[in-house]
Parts: sequence; C-alpha cells; structure tokens
Amino acid sequence: MTTLDDRPLGFINNDEKPVGHGRMLRKEDPRFIRGKGKYVDDIQLPGMLHLAILRSPVAHARIVSVDTMAAMSHPKVKAVVTGADLVEKGLAWMPTLSNDVQAVLATDKVRFQGQEVAFVVAEDRYSARDALELIDVEYDVLPPVVDVRKALAADAPVIRDDLDGKTDNHCFDWQTGDEAATNAVFDKAEVVVTEDIVYPRVHPAPLETCGCVADYESVDGQLTLWTTSQAPHAHRTIYALVSGLPEHKIRVIAPDIGGGFGNKVPIYPGYVCAIVASLVTGKPVKWMEDRSENLTSTSFARDYIMRGEIAATRDGKILAIRTNVLADHGAFNGVAAPLKYPAGFFGVFTGSYDLEAAFAKMTAVYTNKAPGGVAYACSFRVTEAVYLVERLVNCLAYELDVDPIELRIKNFIRPEQFPYATKTGWVYDSGNYEAAMRLAMELAGYDELRTQQAEKRLKGELMGIGVSFFTEAVGAGPRKDMDILGLGMADGCELRVHPTGKAVVRVSCMSQGQGHETTFAQIVAEEIGIAPADIQVVNGDTDNTPFGLGTYGSRSTPVSGAAAALVARKVRDKAQIIASGMLEVSVADLEWQKGSFHVKGDPSKSVTIQDIAMKAYGAGDLPEGIEGGLEAQICYNPENLTYPFGAYICVVDVDPGTAQVKVRSFTAVDDCGTRINPMIIEGQVHGGLTDGVAMALMEMIAFDEAGNCLSSSLMDYLLPTALEVPDWQTGHTVTPSPHHPIGAKGVGESATVGSPPAVVNAVVDALKPYGVRHADMPLTPSRVWDAMQGHPRPPV
Amino acid sequence: MQVPAPFEYERATSVDHAIGLLERLGNTSRLIAGGHSLLPMMKLRLVNLEYLIDINDLHDELGYVRLARGEIRVGAMTRHRELLESDPLAEAFPIFRDAERVIADPVVRNRGTLGGSLCQADPSEDLSAVCTTLDASCVIRGSAGDRVVTMAEFYRGPYETAIEDNEMLIEIRIPVRAGGSSAYEKVERRAGDWAVVSCGAALWMDGDLISDARVGLAAVGPNTTGIPAISDALRGKAPSEELFEQAGAIAGENCSPQNDMRGSADYKRHLANELTRRALRRAVARIGGQAR
Repeated sequence: MTTLDDRPLGFINNDEKPVGHGRMLRKEDPRFIRGKGKYVDDIQLPGMLHLAILRSPVAHARIVSVDTMAAMSHPKVKAVVTGADLVEKGLAWMPTLSNDVQAVLATDKVRFQGQEVAFVVAEDRYSARDALELIDVEYDVLPPVVDVRKALAADAPVIRDDLDGKTDNHCFDWQTGDEAATNAVFDKAEVVVTEDIVYPRVHPAPLETCGCVADYESVDGQLTLWTTSQAPHAHRTIYALVSGLPEHKIRVIAPDIGGGFGNKVPIYPGYVCAIVASLVTGKPVKWMEDRSENLTSTSFARDYIMRGEIAATRDGKILAIRTNVLADHGAFNGVAAPLKYPAGFFGVFTGSYDLEAAFAKMTAVYTNKAPGGVAYACSFRVTEAVYLVERLVNCLAYELDVDPIELRIKNFIRPEQFPYATKTGWVYDSGNYEAAMRLAMELAGYDELRTQQAEKRLKGELMGIGVSFFTEAVGAGPRKDMDILGLGMADGCELRVHPTGKAVVRVSCMSQGQGHETTFAQIVAEEIGIAPADIQVVNGDTDNTPFGLGTYGSRSTPVSGAAAALVARKVRDKAQIIASGMLEVSVADLEWQKGSFHVKGDPSKSVTIQDIAMKAYGAGDLPEGIEGGLEAQICYNPENLTYPFGAYICVVDVDPGTAQVKVRSFTAVDDCGTRINPMIIEGQVHGGLTDGVAMALMEMIAFDEAGNCLSSSLMDYLLPTALEVPDWQTGHTVTPSPHHPIGAKGVGESATVGSPPAVVNAVVDALKPYGVRHADMPLTPSRVWDAMQGHPRPPV
Repeated sequence: MQVPAPFEYERATSVDHAIGLLERLGNTSRLIAGGHSLLPMMKLRLVNLEYLIDINDLHDELGYVRLARGEIRVGAMTRHRELLESDPLAEAFPIFRDAERVIADPVVRNRGTLGGSLCQADPSEDLSAVCTTLDASCVIRGSAGDRVVTMAEFYRGPYETAIEDNEMLIEIRIPVRAGGSSAYEKVERRAGDWAVVSCGAALWMDGDLISDARVGLAAVGPNTTGIPAISDALRGKAPSEELFEQAGAIAGENCSPQNDMRGSADYKRHLANELTRRALRRAVARIGGQAR
C-alpha cells in the first residue's frame, strides 16, 4: 500500500481535497510495474495460429513470380497467401488515412524494402517464420528513387504506376498564407535570412511493436480484433468499409498498448492479413511484428526538407516568414492528418510571433521508402513547423547579433492580442508567452549562464545555450473543418453512476501509457464529487465505448477530456433535480460542494452524490419528468483547437577535441492551461524531452543508395538512455483555454515538439566561435565535427 | 519477437567435452558464451547453424584473473563484470576498467565474456583493442593441445580469427612489466553503442624516458590494430605534448577508417589522432600518480 511518505514531493493528498484535479499516483501503474499489463501478445486463444510476413528485400522491383509450393508443404503450415490470392478477394489494396491506396500484399511491384509480399499461417511462430524462407520470389529489380530531391526528375522511375495515368512521383502540392503579401514584405525588408533546414526521417519505435489477434467466428459472422490501435473506433469503421463485413459484427479491442507515439494510428497490411488469415483458416490468428519489421515498414515521421526565410527590420522586428518544403512521403501517402490538411498543422510555422505576412509552399513526393508520415508525438506536423521557425529565429539572432531570447520577447504575440488570428488562418485561443519565457530564464539562471559561457569561450571551451519557444495546435478538431476519411473528429463519452455511488466512465480515446485511467477519473471526479479511486475508466473496446477518433495529436484531454467533463456535468444536473426532490426544495435553492448538494443557507440539509445515486435507482418517486438511473452520454465537438505553449532552455557542452555533445541541463516551462494531474504532466514532459534530445542528437532512419534501410535494428536506430539526458527542470504557467470546459489544452507532445530546436540551438550556439549558424540533426559527434570544420552537411 | 531457425543444443560440461563436440560437429556448430552477439545474429537469421554448444558451465573452469610470474592470465569465460570489478587487473592495467566502463550496459556485462568478445572479432570491439594495446597472447586449445598466438596473428579479418573449427580460445595472457600504465579512450554516439573510434595506450617509463609504448585502435580498420610506428617514435623520448601530438598524427595516418552511420572517415581519422593523444597523456599521468 502506498503511504503518503512514498509519494513524490509536493503531493497533495486527494483524500483531503477530496476529489478531482491534483497530484495523484496513476491508477494503472500497479498493473504495469508488476508486469500485469495485458498486451496484444499476451492474448492466447484456443487453436490460435501464427502469422508471419514475407517482406521485400529490395526497394523497387517488379514481381516476376512467387512460388509457395515448398512453404505449403511445411508440416506445420496451414496457409500461404500471396498478393494474387488477395486480388481474388478484392483485398490486395486498402485505403490509407490520406485517401491514397496501399498494397496489403504486393501484386505488381514492391515499392520499398520491407514491403509485404506474402504471408504464412502456421501452428507456431517459429514454423511460420521458418516457412517464409521456403517461399521463392523472383524479382526484376528496378532503379529506386531514394534521393527525394531527384524524385521529380524527368528520368526518375515512376513508383506509383498502379495509379491511373501516373507518369511521375508527384504526391501533392499544398500552400498556405498570402504569397503576394509575403513577397511584398520580403522585398522591402531590411534583413532577410535564408537557411536550408532538414528534419530527417525518424521513427516512433514504441517499446511494443504492432500486432493483432484476429478471430473470425463464421457461425455468427463476428470478427473480434485485438489490436495495437490508438484509434479503435476509426479502425472498426475502416475495416467495415474495406472488408464489407457489417460494422456491428466487428469488435475492435485495443488492450494495454506499450507506447504509440502515432505509430499505432494507421491500419497496417499486417492487420488486414491477420483478418484474412482468420477468414481463410477459421481459426484465431496472431500477428506480432518483430523489431526490424516495425522499424522498416511502419509509419515513420518527419522527412521534411525545408528552405526557410525570415524577414525583419534591422532592429529586430520580425515581419514575415516564408518557406518552401519538399516532403518525402515514401511509397504510399499514409499521412495521418485531417483530410483538408495534407501537411497536417504545418501552417502554424508562424510560431509564437506577431507577423505581417507568412507563406508556405509544399511539394510532396513518392520515394521507394516505407510509407507513412504519421505523428510521432508531433501534433500533426507541428513539430516540423516549430523546428523551422525556432531555427530561423535563431539564425536571425545570429545575423543581427542579438540575444535570441530578447529577439523572441520583442516579437511575441502579446496577451491582449488573444484570440489571435495568424496569417495562415489559425486562431490561437490564449497565451501569455513572455511570462513563460521569463520564468524559464529565471529557473535556468539565464544571465549567469551567459556570463559563464563568455568565460568558458575565453578558455576555448564550448558551451552552448539553446532556447526555443513553441506554440502547438492540438485537439483536432472541429467537425466543420476536420475529418479523417470522412469521420468527424468529435468524441463521445458516457458516464454511469452506479447505485452505490461508484461510477464508470467510457471514453472513445485510447491510452498508450499516458495515464488516461487516472486523468479521466480525475476530470469526472472534479465535476461530480466521486473520488477518482471510485471511478473506473473504460477505453479501447468498440463494443463498450462510444464512438470517437482516438488518441493522437494530443487530442485526448482537449476533446475526450472536454467530453468527460461535460458528461459529468450533465449527470450532475440530473442529480441536482433528484436532490431537489429529496430535500424538498427547488433546484435553484441548492448549492453544490465537494460531492453533495445542500440547501442554500443551511449546509446541514444535504444529500451526497452517493445518496442521490441510490435514490436514482431505488424505490419511490422521482421528481416529475425524471427517469430512473444516473447516467448520461454526450458527443463533444470542439469549437477550436487548443494552443499550449512553452519556453525551453537547453545547456550543452561540446568537447572541442571529439565534438561530442553533452546535455548539461534542460529547463522546460510548459503552459497546457488547466493542469489536471501535475505528476502525469511532468511524466509526459520528461518523456518528450528525452525523445527530443534523441532526435536532435542521434535518431534517424537512413537509407543507402539502393534504398536499403540502414536503421533496421535498435543497434542502428539509436534510442536514448538515461545517460544521455540531464535531470529535467520543469516549471509551468497556467493560461486556461477559453473554450475548453475545464480550460485544459493537452500536453502529450509539447516536449517532443519544443525540445529538438532547443537542443540544436544550444549546439549551434556552442559552435559560434567556429562561425556556425546552422547544422542539421542528428548532431552525432561526426556531424558536429563536420560543422566545426566549416562544412555542416545535410543528413539526406 | 525475432525467432531463430531450428538448431540442436548441447551444454558442454568441461573444456575437453566442448572440444570433443567441436571435433565431431565441425563447422556446423558454434560455441555460445554470453550470447549477446551470436543470439541477435541467429534471430536475424544472419547466422544459421545446426548445433549450438553452450559453454556457460565452463565458467568455473575458465572464469578467472590470475597473477602468474611476469604475466596476468585471464580465462576466456571471465565475464565483463568480473573484468570491470577485478582490482588486481585494474592495478596492473587500468585500461581494462576504463574500457569495461564503456562497454555496452550492465545487463550485457553480466553475461558477455572476454573470450566471446575477442572471438566475435568485430572491428569495433573494445577488448580486442585493449588486448592489442597490452600485447596479449591468446591460448587456443584443440584436441592436439594448446597453441599460443599473438593478437596480430589471432585476427585474420573482420569477424575472422585464427581459431579452427575444432578449437576454442581458453585464455588470454598479458605480460606485466614494471614502470608502466595504460588508459582507454572511446567515442560513442550513445552510451553502450559500439565505438566510433576507440584507442588504448600503454606506456612504460625508465626514469624520465619512455622505455616502451603501445597504442591499439578499434573501429578504424578491418581489425583492431596496433601502431608500431608510434612505439618507435616514443621510445627513448621524454613524454611531452609535442610527442603526444606526433603520436596522434601517426595514428591518424596509419589507420583505414570508412564512412558509415557512426561517422565519416575523416572524422574517424581525426579521432584516432585525438584519442591517441588523450590516452597517452592519461597513461603517463597515471604513472606519475597524477590521475586514476
């Protein structure tokens, strides 16, 4: 049993509070830390078979033939399925989340290394894997498109010849802002700084890889799919549309999920293969990809090559930002973003600054690389946008020779300007940027750091101080603007208070470890006065939760969190009417406090929510027009996104001899509006910062000239360890969202968005004596050394 | 989960038993010690073998650090953790503890062995550089008896050693000479990663002059390499920054790094130079008692 002494410093005893927001240990943690979590791979069903996928060894090739005879004769193999078999079933291709199509199993060509070519179903996982080696595929290898800059060259091989009339590798064009107005500002600007900035391809690499167990029961036509899904409801609808199975006969269950970060938003061919396998064999079929499959075939993130330009006056007033982006989308456009936003929310590249004009132009292309372009804790491309603007502002500071924080403060959107409409059409809901920036400076001891840096530079030591300030756009989104494959991004929520006053809240979003079972219980507790421990949170089962679009883009608290608060208020309103009957006063004469209603002016006459619940289900009359029971359901349609923000300061030391970067300290001030559980927020921030340091310093999915993925294991794709990161120093300000029922904004991705530019800015600052203005991630020792030699190289 | 292809498994109960199995099974078999290199290769199906001979029970027989006359003998099954924690070893050759501190992580160090590390013959392997630096020799046993080879003879190329299919490495012998010390420097992209470049240095003093010096580099060629030219340049001289710079320059010139994900060849050449200077500087300071 946890005692108060075991709890972290600053813990507010929830029993005293007594309910609602505040520090509280996570309800799900006893299960996780004792190894009692139940993940997809823990599911064992009677007669269950195992599926393994044969993947393409090359990046681009025509399939000449697939011989499965030897594999079929393996004694433990039950089925071998190829692309040709799926053509017969009409299942060889499936839609992506961006309305492109993707091959479930390759039929004509393979288009990236690791693409699905065939699958084997066998009695055990070992036999399935062994049998893959018995499948003989003859490939006619084609020249691959690997260098994104050459994808649109006239002589580039056409990757997507499956699309009617496709004669090039163009994927889409997109633009935002006013080009003419922006050009006009640039033409007259005193200072223009241009920089080529690459955000390399990275991978979410969740601890648990993707997988599923598909169980099709032919007698009643029921498909149950246990799956690693961040969006079970969206997946169910898409399966219904693709497979033709009626939606009410499909049950998607996401059990515990071992990390998602966007990797588990898309529907992967493996899931469809498992469903087909269960249909074919009549048995439950499990598919769990291995680490290499996860890294080489599932959704990557980023891969933007950006030319950024910033225009300013000589005294440091930023006037406009302009950018031209080349986006690598891999072989199929699998971007998970609202349909009207093919570049996600990249339009917030104007950052936290009050500009006169802004314009962005993007060209997206196909290459022979894994498809996707999902979130990776990126809030729909906000990560790339923030990185671009925060690097550009630093480049401007470098050219103007001014302090990068002073420059930022001078150009911040001021508190009285909110709600603030940006030049690219986003309406920032609320903000107080300077307060957060100044708090970060104070916590980090910014002025002393600069003094110390000056002293160290005299001694030839390389110390860098990096700053970033970000504004995110999270909580997609308003139905009028946003949908994924036609599905609106509103979230349902259902609350049932049981007769004894305990409750169950059913949410549509899906935890991947973020602590939803605690946070959502606290949201409801705050509104209805039942202790969080007495509120069960149910998620991940489409048969047992209302419809909603799932968890990604930091949307759980902004959307489902709002739904949870509102459904609790709806129940409380009903409880108030029942209470008025119990106390024999009018509704207007009741006051709500800490889980009970009392008669105004007479606190002794009161009924608790538990009393009311028993009454609601009990015998005797209820007030006229009131049905029995104490439950409600709603669907929340957000009127706007929420715009959390933060100020980060990173300090690094660079070894002048080896070019190794050591992150010495990191200060993160976050403002996510109302804070529901500060401990969970800090955990989210710590994780995101670690992630950000890793992207800045070591993570990258790389390819060789033949299109071979060079980052197909965790020996090659470097994930950070505790030794790479400092003790995090966190702080916060609170600027509630004006339109969210409890003022909360979402924080899941803030640190991942905000930290990479802080780290890069710090390294570049350390290299100032070498005249370095920009260097691209990942800043491995070798790449830092290149920059010190005067030739920083783009990573791609 | 990655799963290996089918294989037969046998657990050796003695060195003789293991060699008997190797005699019988030949190149269809492989020895497994700590398994941290072999198992991932099997799971990735880069290595497919018929028989796996587990020699972990030989730790009693081959897990030791012994001070013998004029040398230290280390059994091939001595685990990284034991090397890290061995005070006699650290006292004679501080380079071992330097290196072990930056080899992989505690989980790997609890299982991985000296013999397994050397036999893997990865060009970036740290203990290979340490043994090269210390002029160690390798005792290889077969059914006909023992033979002893130098580190230079031991390595025949990347992932290739002088050990025949029916033999096994059983011991490393390192000569102990008075008046010396040693150090190890490594640059890695992340804690526990393979070296971008690493460098061992060992140095012996006679009065104010260097009587002998050896430098061993990893990750800058097909195998870990000693640099005899550095030994020649340092012998008979008084240690100085200029001398270390000269040694560093020789190291930079006498290696053959390649461009890869860990870094550019130019950078690695620079590191060979930089780390050589650092390792020599530290080794000399240790002789003078100025640093641990």
